[in-house]
Amino acid sequence: MRRPGGRRHGYSGIPRWVAALAVVAAAFILLPLAAVVARVDWPNFLPLVTSDASLTALGLSLRTAAGSTALCILLGVPLALVLARGEFHGQRLLRSFVLLPLVLPPVVGGIALLYTFGRQGLLGRGLEVAGIQIAFSTTAVVLAQTFVALPFLVVSLEGALRAGGQRYEAVAATLGARPGTVLRRVTLPLVLPGLASGAVLSFARSLGEFGATLTFAGSLQGITRTLPLEIYLQRETDADAAVALSLLLVAVAVIVVGVSYRGPGTPPAMPSRAPSRTPDAEPAEARR
Amino acid sequence: MIRRAAALLAAAALAAGTAGCGSAGGAGEGKTLTVFAAASLKAPFTTLARSFEASHPGTKVTLSFAGSSDLATQLGQGAPADVFASADPANMAKVTGAGLAEGSPRNFASNTLTIAVPPANPAGITSFADLARPGTRVVVCAPQVPCGAAAVAVEGKTGVRLAPVSEESSVTDVLGKVASGEADAGLVYVTDVKGAAGKVKGVPFRESAAAVNTYPITALRGGRNKDLAGVFLDEVTGAEGQKVLADAGFGRP
Repeated sequence: MRRPGGRRHGYSGIPRWVAALAVVAAAFILLPLAAVVARVDWPNFLPLVTSDASLTALGLSLRTAAGSTALCILLGVPLALVLARGEFHGQRLLRSFVLLPLVLPPVVGGIALLYTFGRQGLLGRGLEVAGIQIAFSTTAVVLAQTFVALPFLVVSLEGALRAGGQRYEAVAATLGARPGTVLRRVTLPLVLPGLASGAVLSFARSLGEFGATLTFAGSLQGITRTLPLEIYLQRETDADAAVALSLLLVAVAVIVVGVSYRGPGTPPAMPSRAPSRTPDAEPAEARR
Repeated sequence: MIRRAAALLAAAALAAGTAGCGSAGGAGEGKTLTVFAAASLKAPFTTLARSFEASHPGTKVTLSFAGSSDLATQLGQGAPADVFASADPANMAKVTGAGLAEGSPRNFASNTLTIAVPPANPAGITSFADLARPGTRVVVCAPQVPCGAAAVAVEGKTGVRLAPVSEESSVTDVLGKVASGEADAGLVYVTDVKGAAGKVKGVPFRESAAAVNTYPITALRGGRNKDLAGVFLDEVTGAEGQKVLADAGFGRP
């Protein structure tokens, strides 16, 4: 046990100037949010956020974000498993590329998706022949959101997989469990908290997606105009509506993050007694 | 190690700071004219700014292009600028209404809607009514932005109801969707087609006369170079400015 107990009591080794800068950092995030709250036209807040256009946009946002989160889990779990457990040539390279959407400006992602799934795109041409049109559809919104959100799930899950180590899996295998059984009964239950936080991050990122959607999917009420796009458009004519909707999106984000993220000190409920993070089970490669 | 890195950073910051001062203060008389202009004016105003710098040595013209409503909002929040050129009277009214304009705005150009199609014109669009044909993928601006308001005006005039697949927030997004072949047609300005250099083809239509957009320009009260701003306005509204604007496809105001 190199780290006795997760919590430190008594001594807190934080120099005062570090604390001061931390306060600045927190204010830097909280102040703009407070500014939005201060600018809200409260008497008209309810009519503004319950207008037909707003509710349609909110509903579309929630539906598409749920869809893209499902797609992220479906595709992201296998990818994270392969990256964390597999050994193959180009693994490092693959990981770097998987992370790319995190740092790419979303509009670049949108352009890339356009040239992949668009009418004249790499895959889009074939799809068009098969009678499937993706551009300007809700599917395009989900694809754009999945593209930007997938790395969040993969990174969280891969981290959890590496931190968890392979001891229990090895034991299960020696007891005769087949890879599929090990995955289902041992690996996934162990990393469930990591998977959950990754899924929540993906959902939150999907909810906020703007640039790729605007570039790739277009903007039409009820079909492709998600809440961020609605805010962007409302801003043109009705600043009050834009501010009210911004607050709505902030509130949804706070709820999503608040529900799922309980801080490093309090891991979410575990499905079994198996600890998610035992320091002595930590394999060497996890600390590289 | 860390201390050395910090010293390096400090030195770099200092160098950047002094370099910044040098370029601002060292250029001749050091006069900088800041012009906020609608995105559609990018090509002609860049040309005009360069020729203004040439005819007024020591003057630097800084251009900021964005959607007119973005610029009007920025000015309302105290963004420092000497000149504002808007793509429509509504956004100019926001600026004059807030008491930010110096004198009254002058109209200096106009722009007309046109149909943009991919060069091969796969849907065979030849008229405004063709846009309403079932199965035609048309992209327009949302009614909240000037190009969308113009599209609504044309719809009202012609009685042709469009069912667009997307209502974009800016005319450049409409142009992009047509140029990439995603859409069969889009409603943009004549100047956008001209500026797209062959990426899209224009299909003019008679009814576009129902929605002509007028571009006003004004000097700003908060500007630091009011004399220079006046001279720039004269240049834009004068013979040379009008020629550059006409070359870019703009009409008379």
